Amino acid sequence: MNVGLEHYLVVSALLFALGLLGVIVRRNLLVIYMSLELMLNAANLALVAFSRFNHNLDGQVMVFFIITVAAAEVAVGLALIVALYRKRETAHVEDLTTMKF
Amino acid sequence: MQTVFFYVFAALTVLCALMVVANPFSRNPVTSAMFLVLTIVSLAGLFVQLHAFFLAAVQVLVYAGAVMVLFLFVIMLLDLKEEERRKVRKFAVIAGGLAVAIIAVLFCTAIGQTTAGIGVQPILEGGTAALGELLFKHYLLPFEILSVLLLVAMVGVILLSKKDLK
Repeated sequence: MNVGLEHYLVVSALLFALGLLGVIVRRNLLVIYMSLELMLNAANLALVAFSRFNHNLDGQVMVFFIITVAAAEVAVGLALIVALYRKRETAHVEDLTTMKF
Repeated sequence: MQTVFFYVFAALTVLCALMVVANPFSRNPVTSAMFLVLTIVSLAGLFVQLHAFFLAAVQVLVYAGAVMVLFLFVIMLLDLKEEERRKVRKFAVIAGGLAVAIIAVLFCTAIGQTTAGIGVQPILEGGTAALGELLFKHYLLPFEILSVLLLVAMVGVILLSKKDLK
């Protein structure tokens, strides 16, 4: 049996669903952030698979850009979390309810 | 042989991702981060299977190297204790799990019904030379914009981590 495009896409879909589950279920800001990384990686896998099976390198360039943007995003996000922790002494989303109606 | 490798790496990726999100043994953020490293490395294995060699290297260098070190550094800096078990609202967990399951089933059925890529003999090679040529010719402007984005992120991080944040 040959491994086709849909095999990779199923792995990517499962990875994305797991990341979404983490964002919904977990309560720690840092773990939520890691789950976001999982979802980005799922998109990367789908793009690389598409690029391979459609004979087009554009998808891989897109993944390159996504990795760079993700690195910048992680740096800013973690700085925000550290600043938040300095002010509120917590990294738990249920303690951060200032904007809750 | 390739099929075996694909299934090994795919199973490893999904299993480690599950351990990041819902580890039954430990709720320590450090454990999650370690399993995220494993996920990323096995994902790099899948990239090699797809002949995206450069991206596999970048994945390991940037993600497993730089980004995860940053994560671990912040975890150690904040000295986070184990996520204490608070009262979990059953309804919320069930609704969240249901939503995620529906999305997963939706994706998988949609993928099952497509015929894209079937019968195509993949010959593409994602080596450094081919990717670099595309990057510096066709995608030169986005590449330069990206460097500005990195600069902005750097300035933002320095500003955010000042002691007296107004």
